[in-house]
Amino acid sequence: MNSGKESVPALDFEQPLLDIERKIRELQEFSRKEGFDVTGELEALDRRARDVQRDIYSRLTPWQRVALARHPNRPYTLDLVGAMAEGFVELRGDRQFRDDPALIGGVGFIGKRRVVFLGHQKGRSTRESIKRNFGCPHPEGYRKAARLMRLADKFRLPLVCLIDTPGAYPGVEAEERGQAHAIAENLRLMLGLKVPIVVVVIGEGGSGGALGIGVGDRIIILENAYYSVISPEGCAAILWKTKDKAPEAARALKLTPNELLELKIVDEVIPEPLTGAHRNWEKTAELVKEAVTASLDRLEKLPTRILVYRRQEKYRKIGIYGEK
Amino acid sequence: MSLLKKKRKPTIKKGPITAGLWEKCPGCGEIIFKKTLQRSLKVCPRCRYHFTLTAVERINMLVDKGSFRPLDQGLYPLDPLQFVGPSPYREKLVQNRKKTGLPDAVVSGKAKIEGWGVVLVITDSRFLMGSMGSVMGEKIFRAFETAAAERLPVTIVSGSGGGARMYEGCLSLMQMAKTSAAIARFEREGLLYVSVLTNPTMAGVLASFAALGDVLVAEPGALIGFTGPRVIRETIKQELPEGFQTSEFLLEHGLLDMVVSRDALRRTLVDLIRVFSGPSPGR
Ligand SMILES: [Zn+2]
Repeated sequence: MNSGKESVPALDFEQPLLDIERKIRELQEFSRKEGFDVTGELEALDRRARDVQRDIYSRLTPWQRVALARHPNRPYTLDLVGAMAEGFVELRGDRQFRDDPALIGGVGFIGKRRVVFLGHQKGRSTRESIKRNFGCPHPEGYRKAARLMRLADKFRLPLVCLIDTPGAYPGVEAEERGQAHAIAENLRLMLGLKVPIVVVVIGEGGSGGALGIGVGDRIIILENAYYSVISPEGCAAILWKTKDKAPEAARALKLTPNELLELKIVDEVIPEPLTGAHRNWEKTAELVKEAVTASLDRLEKLPTRILVYRRQEKYRKIGIYGEK
Repeated sequence: MSLLKKKRKPTIKKGPITAGLWEKCPGCGEIIFKKTLQRSLKVCPRCRYHFTLTAVERINMLVDKGSFRPLDQGLYPLDPLQFVGPSPYREKLVQNRKKTGLPDAVVSGKAKIEGWGVVLVITDSRFLMGSMGSVMGEKIFRAFETAAAERLPVTIVSGSGGGARMYEGCLSLMQMAKTSAAIARFEREGLLYVSVLTNPTMAGVLASFAALGDVLVAEPGALIGFTGPRVIRETIKQELPEGFQTSEFLLEHGLLDMVVSRDALRRTLVDLIRVFSGPSPGR
């Protein structure tokens, strides 16, 4: 598994942290070669790194967080599934039209537990990105997901959905084949599914295209992911009449994990490793696995009827309005 | 009609005419006498263009006179995100309230259609483009609950160019799931839900409750889709096919049950309710 430390271009705000990281590595190297004990120095540097990280990450603007969520070296669905699952078998095709590589699914083990995975899938190389349509599914992707949800229901396997899409694809064929209908069907299906559903937003939570596999009993989000009703660029184009105001739109939309936690859109935020998920896939996968396992441990104790009822009530309670 | 046509022609002047007694048809450009338009249920007599109706006009057109009893009228939108932008949400709400006389883009109630009891929900596309925020989600959820408790069928007439309302962020997005939850629960009641799609029904509204009717009916020539045509054109950098995202296009692609003109809508609803509920209006 690649965590690509040096190959990734640094975002400007990351630099101080990467400098300390480099110093730590140099010191370790030096101590190994020369046989000096540098434990104290290393501990001090480590503390500094944590302080700097806390400082940087607590001051990230919403727009910087969106940049992190879209970082080309973030672990994607198959990277995380590969790291956290054993014996994963990908299942493909909607049995109606074609297989959509932008939304993947399959069955595998997390620890001893069998689960059905679903997730949006981005590509890393240009070629794979095109094949994966940059993680933007067509209706057949959502219909494949529906097929696998029914499979989960049949075998009483919990569903784990990893969300990472800029949105459902806006194209002529997608409309012809019923993009909106396919998403709507999944919402209703997920709200009646008799097995636990855990959703993890691992990167981009792009509107209806994300929600199309994003209804669940527990909604978890990584620290540097976002979830939004519209892309900041789209919002800026409509309200500010220019995409250049995307940073302002990102702030206005309250799309960051902590804001979403406050609005009760998500239930849990997973803090990312020191240098971000894009620089440490292994640790990120471990954290996601822990969070998913803990959620499933709790959800599997509930009788089916209570589980489904609670899920419907959870969504029923979302919304802030006044009443005279 | 032909008499009116002759009279009007020499005096065509856009501004003052459209503001007064006359209205220009967006379909064919014809200038139509407003009273004629009212009598024809706001359908252009020449090209059958279906003008957008307000919620009140829609209710008057559909239900038995005096039978409409509003539900959950006290719900009103807040500004949960304290949305900061070029035009604050609070101001937008005040403007739209003034423009429409409604607290939000949705009206719900109980009514009779030719004696058949029904829970009716109408979205008004004039109020912030008929977009769905917390109020619409809650009203629709409660409408399905009322229908289940009183054993009534549900009809929702959607008109929303806006989809999920930006100003309430992810709260709006989640109303898609919330309304779908209401429908998932309503499934087991064995009661009919007819979704009527009018111009325009887009994005998050279509991708949730509006597409989940047991029967999907659309008015002719309505714009119906997930992504707006402008965004699609910008994405694919090509012109869109003729008639793309119209009711007729959706019907052809298997995404609707029927396209019904406005003057036949009431009859269609009664036929559907009757055949799904039993022989006579019992309630
Ligand atoms: Zn006309």
